[in-house]
Parts: sequence; structure tokens; C-alpha cells
Amino acid sequence: MAYALQQLINGISLGMIYGLIAVGYTMVYGIIGMINFAHGDIFMVGAFVALISVVMLVSGGIMDGPAAILIVLLVSMCVTALYGWTVERIAYRPLRGSFRLAPLISAIGMSIVLQNYVQVAQGARVKPIDAVLPGGITVIDSEAFIVQFSYMQMLIIAVTLGVLAIFTWLVTRTPLGRAMRACEQDRRMASLLGIDTDRTISLTFVIGASLAAVAGTLYLLRYGVIDFYIGFLAGVKAFTAAVLGGIGSLPGAVLGGLLIGLIETFWSAYFSVQYKDVAAFSILVLVLIFMPTGLLGRAEVEKV
Amino acid sequence: MTLRALKDAAITALVALGLFVPLVGLRTDVGPSGELVLRQRWGDVVILVALAFVGRLALLGWRGWRGDPKPASAARTEALRKAGLFVAPVLLGLAVLLPFIPGTGRYELDLGILVLTYVMLGWGLNIVVGLAGLLDLGYVAFYAVGAYSYALLATTFGLSFWICLPLAGLLAAFWGVLLGFPVLRLRGDYLAIVTLAFGEIIRVVLLNWVSLTNGPNGISGIPRPTFFGLTFSMSGEPDTFAGFFGIEPSPVHRVIFLYYLILGLALLTNWVSIRLRRQPLGRAWEALREDEIACRALGINVTTTKLTAFALGAMFAGIAGSFFATRQGFISPESFTFIESAIILAIVVLGGMGSQIGIAIAALVMIGGFEVFRDLDEWRMLVFGGAMVLIMVARPRGLVGHRTPSVVLRERRAIGAEHVAEGHG
Repeated sequence: MAYALQQLINGISLGMIYGLIAVGYTMVYGIIGMINFAHGDIFMVGAFVALISVVMLVSGGIMDGPAAILIVLLVSMCVTALYGWTVERIAYRPLRGSFRLAPLISAIGMSIVLQNYVQVAQGARVKPIDAVLPGGITVIDSEAFIVQFSYMQMLIIAVTLGVLAIFTWLVTRTPLGRAMRACEQDRRMASLLGIDTDRTISLTFVIGASLAAVAGTLYLLRYGVIDFYIGFLAGVKAFTAAVLGGIGSLPGAVLGGLLIGLIETFWSAYFSVQYKDVAAFSILVLVLIFMPTGLLGRAEVEKV
Repeated sequence: MTLRALKDAAITALVALGLFVPLVGLRTDVGPSGELVLRQRWGDVVILVALAFVGRLALLGWRGWRGDPKPASAARTEALRKAGLFVAPVLLGLAVLLPFIPGTGRYELDLGILVLTYVMLGWGLNIVVGLAGLLDLGYVAFYAVGAYSYALLATTFGLSFWICLPLAGLLAAFWGVLLGFPVLRLRGDYLAIVTLAFGEIIRVVLLNWVSLTNGPNGISGIPRPTFFGLTFSMSGEPDTFAGFFGIEPSPVHRVIFLYYLILGLALLTNWVSIRLRRQPLGRAWEALREDEIACRALGINVTTTKLTAFALGAMFAGIAGSFFATRQGFISPESFTFIESAIILAIVVLGGMGSQIGIAIAALVMIGGFEVFRDLDEWRMLVFGGAMVLIMVARPRGLVGHRTPSVVLRERRAIGAEHVAEGHG
């Protein structure tokens, strides 16, 4: 029981990270109907920018307290947002209105570029950092097993909830959010009604990239090691989460992320660590077979 | 105009500055005490920002000089098609004669084998993506199934290559059907992600099922193929290729043999797909790509049509996989990562989906170019990815964007790229 509770905590904090990345996938998919394959690598870039700022703050001797973490988070979000914007501008905007596979291939190319760019610029070696926020509180202390809720996990959950709250406010309450939802429903109609669709799409990428940067920063702080390759698997899993939740649905993405995180954690805890990816993907396949639109997705009306 | 261009370029340079300052300007290295230390490289940042500025200015200048791009006219499409009629036989002739062209050494033949393997994979995937319009991101899984089928059958039961080749194809096709069944109901992007997931599942299983596949260490000592029972060993005995024909034993013989083998297999793939395109099944595939609802309304059995496409595509990947295994003599899960699927898909899309010759050219350009830039080391993949983006942005329809109709009334006309339906993945 205690063991399961610990796994629950671990699973939720991992799932939150997936959820943050998944939101970026689902937003872009909702608005321009493409799989932004480079999004996982944007997450990786976010983690690297965070790494660099952490190392800088440590060498300046000011890497402690919530203010430092906030600075790292903000720096990472700003730079990564710029990357997200640039990727959209270079690789996707010229292909808007082209046939569907073109942006996908371009995105795969961009993903290769980002991965190898970071490898060339920062080196292929694994980058470790010291724990930024060690310790935690003990929830249950039985003889058999100690359940720990670490400060880092609390931070992940708090930051994710905070960021998602701001994000929800942005989408539901601001003119930008209204423009985004309008573009999602009907891009041509939205542009006829005076919405600058190119700008809206750019901002969607910027927001998605900053959420991925938050995820990247949290990932770095939680696990302490990153390399240039983390983006691929995290990206695939986050996309799985977006599909699981019903692609295009924002709450669905978070829900899907949580589910993937929980499935992965519990599978590793009770069955085998090696096959945790297989578990996540198998669940995806099963859900899609029985609920092809995902958990919270709208059924697509077929128009003839 | 020039002022605006300068301003635009200045903004680009500013963005580049923001992009490169953290990731290029500050490099994290593991210091002497195991801690990360920063190394500053502002010179590189300045060079990159200057490049961005000049590049943007050059791009704007070129755009202004060229004017608005004109859409490809029907005449140009027709001219391209006519040129294609000559290019294909010339390329085929070159491919057949390559081993006898003076100056062709071991390296060129190996490169030829590599390119032809990708040509075959591209043609195989083209059945699934280009003809049936099903977006498959896990094609390498079938390649892996074929390779491991041959490796395991040959090393465990001692079966010969020529028995294993069709067996590997059949096994891969079987896996194609197995994967095809559950995903038939899915729309394009769901299909893409499920195939991707399937590819990853296969790789993870290959990596972890150590008792069967030897895990990350792979399978080595895979038997080499024989020429009608004659081996290619250097001994010169009567049961070797060289001994039987009474020629000097040379390691090049096997390479030439492998070259012709993969050429034959690739041409077989090409022949089958060209033939099938004209048959009801192939027409059903193309109809499915253009409009699935119309297909159903016309009474086409969507299930079998999709399944056959999956199975056939998978079969060719399996055959290519067993060729890969016998050529390398060693396979490990590392050869079957997602990036391989992405490269094959890129070849199909860059070649212009559905165009056989386009795919061959794309494979030649991508794989050949990749080899040419071998000296670039870690920059190579960066250049490769950048080329993918650039080609896509410059020619979204692929190198050969037009399609020739499979069925014609009196006159055969090429269809301009802008009229080809998008193919709902």
C-alpha cells in the first residue's frame, strides 16, 4: 500500500511533465492540424537552456531559493519560446496550405536539426547537475517502506498547476485565446473576420514552446541528468499522451500525460523497467482501437 | 526597399543572437572535479549572427530579383514527364553497368548497395504511403522483422539464404497484417503514431528479449549468401564461386554479387508496384488515398485494400531486411531506430509520393549525399536534417511532383502537382 502510494506520487509528477509537453502537441495539432515532430526536441532545448542557466547561477554562487529557480524557469521559457517561434517561421510557415505530409517531413527534419545542433554545440556527453532542491517530507514511515514526497515533486506539481492555470486563463479569457480557438475551428473564416492567423499560429508555437521549456526545466531539476537525445522519447510519449487524451483537447492532453506517467511508473514498479515504453504504447494502441477519438476528443464528423 | 530589407535582416540577426547566445556561446563541459563548467565562445556566436544577417539579406535580394514564383504550368509538368522517360532508362543502365565501369572499386559498390537498399525500402514504403495513402512512421519495424527472421532462421536452423528470403518476406507481411488489423479504423495521424509506437515496441522487444535476440549485443556470424550453392570464400576450392568458374578468387566477387542481388530485389519491388497499380487492387489503393468515403460508397472493401497495402509494403521491407542481415553478417537493434523510418519516409515524400523514379533519385541524393559528407562527422546529421527541411520548403511536392494517371481515356496526360489530392495519411 505504501509502495503503491509512493508510485502514485512519482507517477503524477512524471505525468505532469508529459502533460506539459502534450499541451504543446495538442495545441499545434488543433490549430494547424500537423504533428509538430520537433516539439520533443524543443523540450530538450528547454532543458539545455535551463542547464546552462543553472550552471551559470551556480558559478555565480546564487543558485538557491525559489528566486533562482524562477530565474532559471523564465530564462528557459524565453529562449525556448524563441526557438519555437523560429522553427515555425523557418520550417512550417512556408508550407502552410501545402499537402499534409510536407510539414510533417519538414518537422522530422527540424527535429534532426535541433538534436544534432545541440549535440554539436553542447557535446554528446551526458550533463549532470547537483540536486537543486534535495529532501522532502515523509508521508508514511512504516517499518516496511518509507513514502517520501520530495520537495522537487511538490515543486513540479505546484509549478505545473500554476502554469496550466495561467495557460487556461490565456486560452479562455483573453483576446489571444479567443483568436486561437477561432483559428482552431475554422482558419479561413477567422482570417475573414480580421484575425491575423499567421500571428496567432506563431503565438501558439511560442506558448507551446514555453510550456515545453517549463517541462524541460522541471525534468532537469528532477532527474539531474540530460543529454541531447531526451527529446525523442519524451516527445513520442507526450504525443502518445495527447492522442490518448483526444488530440486537440487541452484538458485531454494533461489527463493523457498523467495517465501515461502513471502507467509507466506502475508498470516499472510492478512488472519490468525494460518494457515500460512498451506498456505505454500498448495502452495507446488499445485505447485507440476501442476509443478512436481518445478519452476527451470530439468525434470527427465525416464530410463528403 | 533596401532599408526595409536591412531592417528585416537586422531583426533576423537579433533573433539569431537570442538563439545562439545560450546554446552556442556558453558550452557546458565536465570540469576536473566532475562539476559542469562553462566555456565561453563568443566568436562563434558573432560568426553565426553575421551569417544569419547576410543570409537573410541574400534571401530577400534573391526573392526581389526573382519576383513572385509562378505555379508550375501543365507544359512544364509535361516536359518533366518526358524527361523522366529518358532519365529512368539511363539510370537503370548505369545501375546495371556500375560494377563494370572502370574506376569502380569496393567503396563505390558498397555505396551502391546501400543506396539500392534504400531505393528498395522507398519503393516498398511507397506502396503504403504513396499509393494507399496510409502514413506509416514505423516502417523500419518490418525491416527489423525481416533481418531478425533471416538471422535467427539461419543461425538456429541453418536454413539457406534463398529459403529464408521469401520466409522473411512472409513473416514481415504477417506482422504487417497483424499491425494493420487494429489500426484500420484510425484516421491519418492516429495511424502515424500507432505505427511509430509499433516500431518502437519491436525495437524495445528486440533489445530486451535477450534469450532470443541476444539483446543489445545483436546477432553475429550470420551466414553469407551463396551463388546457387557456391560460396565466395577465398580458398579457390571447386565448391567456391571462383573455383567453379576457374577465375582468380577476389573479395570483390561477393560485393558484385550482393550488388546485383539488391538491384534485382529493388527492381522486383518496382515491377510489382507498377504492375499492381494497373490492376483493380492498385486502383483501389489510389482511390483510397484520394477519398476514402467515396471508396466505401463505391463498394470497395476498405479493410482488405488497406491490409494488402500494409502486407505488401511490409513484405518488401522484410526482404530488404534479410538482405541487410546477410550483407552485414551482424545485426543489432541499433540499426532499426526511428531515424531509419524517418529517412525512408523522407525519401518517399521528397521523391514525390507515388513516383518511382523520383524515389530512386531521392534515395540517391539523400543516401549518396550523406556518404559524401562522411568527413563532416557529427555535423553530418545536422546537414542531413537541414537538407530535409530545405528541400521540403523549396519543393513541397517532392522532386517529381506530378502524377501520371493509371487509367486514361485516349490520351495520357500528366497531372500537375497542384491537382493531386493530398492523401489523407
